[in-house]
Amino acid sequence: MSSRQEGPIGLVDPPSIGRLISALERRGWLVAGPTVRDGAIVYDRLQSIDDLPRGWTEDQEAGRYRLEHSGDNALFGYNLGPQSWKKYLHPPEVRLLEASRENGLLKILNQAEPLPRYAFLGVRPCELEAIQVLDRVLIGDRFSDPIYEGRRKNLFLIAVNCSRTAPTCFCTSMGTGPRARRGYDLAITEILEGGRHEFLIEAGTAQGAAVLEELHPRKAGPDDSGLAEKLTQRAANQIRRRLDTESLRDLMYANWEHPRWDQVASRCLSCGNCTMVCPTCFCTDVEDTSDVRGERAERWRRWDSCYTLSFSHIHGGSVRWSVKSRYRQWLTHKLASWIEQFGGSGCVGCGRCITWCPVGIDLTEEVRAIRETPARASTRRENRNGEP
Amino acid sequence: MEPAPCRVLHVGRETHDTFTLTLEVTPEGRAEFAPGQFSMLYVFGVGELPISISGDPGVPGRLTYTVRVVGRATEALARLRAGDWVGVRGPFGSAWPVEAARGMDVLIVAGGIGIAPLRSVVYHALRNRDAYGRLIILHGARSPKDLLYRADFRHWNRQAETRALTTVDHGDMRWRGRVGVVTTLFRYVRLVPERTIAMLCGPEIMMRYVCAEICGNHRIPPSQIFLTMERNMKCAAGFCGHCQFGPYFICKDGPVFSYEKVKPLLGIHEL
Repeated sequence: MSSRQEGPIGLVDPPSIGRLISALERRGWLVAGPTVRDGAIVYDRLQSIDDLPRGWTEDQEAGRYRLEHSGDNALFGYNLGPQSWKKYLHPPEVRLLEASRENGLLKILNQAEPLPRYAFLGVRPCELEAIQVLDRVLIGDRFSDPIYEGRRKNLFLIAVNCSRTAPTCFCTSMGTGPRARRGYDLAITEILEGGRHEFLIEAGTAQGAAVLEELHPRKAGPDDSGLAEKLTQRAANQIRRRLDTESLRDLMYANWEHPRWDQVASRCLSCGNCTMVCPTCFCTDVEDTSDVRGERAERWRRWDSCYTLSFSHIHGGSVRWSVKSRYRQWLTHKLASWIEQFGGSGCVGCGRCITWCPVGIDLTEEVRAIRETPARASTRRENRNGEP
Repeated sequence: MEPAPCRVLHVGRETHDTFTLTLEVTPEGRAEFAPGQFSMLYVFGVGELPISISGDPGVPGRLTYTVRVVGRATEALARLRAGDWVGVRGPFGSAWPVEAARGMDVLIVAGGIGIAPLRSVVYHALRNRDAYGRLIILHGARSPKDLLYRADFRHWNRQAETRALTTVDHGDMRWRGRVGVVTTLFRYVRLVPERTIAMLCGPEIMMRYVCAEICGNHRIPPSQIFLTMERNMKCAAGFCGHCQFGPYFICKDGPVFSYEKVKPLLGIHEL
C-alpha cells in the first residue's frame, strides 16, 4: 500500500476549495459533500464553501455521536457522519420497473431517466475503499447492476485524507486509511499547523489534474508533501481500535457455533442500524404496487437489512428466526464469506456500525471475544437430537 | 434486467394446491434452459418470484412451471388463465449435471414439489435414453392428495430401465401404495455406487436424511450427489443479498450444488 497514485501536486488556500466547487459545477458535475444538518455531518448538495462544516468536529464512541466546535477553522475537521456515499450510488429507494396492462397485454415501460453526474467532495480514504468494495459486488461479478453502474461511471472523486481520527476508527487494521492510496481524481490533505491553513491537493487522474490546474495551485515542495504525510501518520498513530484480520475468515468459519453469539444476541436489538450506516451493506428488498384500476404497476427497490425477520422468509417461516443467527449472518458475511464472494473483506474499518449501534455493540470486540475463547464443541443438529 | 412479457398458454391444476403453468416465450424472452434452472416470474402489480422450470428442455419456445400456492404472489399466479401475460426474467442459476451423468445410473429423489425441477431431468434422460443407464425416481409426498405428476409416473414406469416409486407420509382410506418417508423407498432399489449419480430436491431435512442414507448405506460418494437449496430471493443476480447460504448466493452459485460443496453447511442451524 506504499505506492500512491502519481500525478501533479499543488497547494491552495481555503477559498480555493470554494473555487473547486464552482469549477466542478461549471464542468457539469453536481457537487455533493459534507454539511451540518440535524446535529450531524451529512452528505448533501454543496453550492459553496459555506456549506462545508467549517469549525465542526465530532465526538464519537460506541453508541454515541455528538457534534462539537473544533475551535479552529478546519473545513474537514470531522471524521464520518452516519451517511455514506452509497446513498448516491446505490440509492435507498429506486424504481426498477414501470409496467402497464391494457386489454390484458403486459407492457414493460422503459424508464431511462437522465442520471446525475456527481462529484463527491470529502470522501474519506476508508470510504474510497468502500466504493471499490461496492464496485466488486455490483459491477465486478457475473451480473452488473445498471442502477449502480450508471451512477458510478461518471463519478468525480475527491478524497480528503484524515489528519484526525475518531475513537471508533480502525482503518489501519483494514489497510484502508487514513491516507488515500488509489481510486481518486483528487486527494486533499488539510494542513492546519502553526498558523498555516492550506490544502495539499494531489491529482490521481487526468481529469483531476485538469481541475487542479484551474485552481492555479502554488507549487508544493517535498517539505509540504512530507508534512501532509506526517499529519496522516500522526492520525494513524492515534488509532486505538484494532481488528486482528489474521486468518479472520477461517476463524469465523470455525465458529458458526460459539457462546459469544448468544451473548451478543442478548444485547443486539436487531434494529438494522449497522447495515444502514455501513458503506458496503448492499442488500435490498422490492415492493410492487399498482394503481386502483390495475392498469399501471411499479416495482421499487429499497435498502433492506439482514436483521429483519422478513429478510430470510420463505414459505413456512423465516430461516433466521433468532437474533443470534441474524447477527452471526451479518458479521460472518462482512468479515468472512464476503472474501470468498468478492475477493476481499466487506469491512473497511470506518467504525460507523460501532457509533450508530444504539447499544454500542463493537464488532472489533466481538471478534476479539470469539478469538480469545475456544470454540464450543460442535453443536450441529446431528449432535442435538440425532438428525443427520 | 427487465422481464420479457410472455403469454400464458395453459394453466393446469395438478393437486389441491399446485398447478402447472405453460408459457409461450416471446422473441424478447429466452426459452432455452438447462434442467434445474429457474425463472423470475412477474405478476403485474403483485410481485416477482423464483420458480423452477419443470418442463421438457427439448420442446422449443415453451417454459413450464409447477407452482405450489403458498402466498400472495403464488395465489396471483394461480389465478392466471390462458391468454394472460406474465413477465419472465431468466433462466438463472446452475443446472443438474446431466452431462456428467452420461453413462451413469440416474437416481432422482424428490420430496413434495421438489419433483418439479427434477421432471426436466427425467424428460431429458428419456429423450436421450441411450446416453444414460438406469433411471430411478423416488418420490415422497405428505399424503395421496399431494402426489404430483401421477400420469407422468405411470408413463415413466413403462419406459425401459426406469423405475418410478412413490410413497406418502400418511395414507388415506383409499391409498393402497407405500406409506413412509422417502428414505423407506431405498429398500426397493439396488444402487451401484461407482455408476450412480444422485439428484435431490425437497425440504432440507429430507435431503439431509437422503444424503445420510445414500452416502452411508449405499456408499455413493458426496461428489456424485447433487441437491438444490432454497432461500428468499428478490433479484436472481446476486445483488439483493437475500439468498445467501454461507458463502454462496443460491441464485448464481446454485440452486443446484454438489453435496460435497455444501455438506459442511447443511447441519448449521439457521444459516
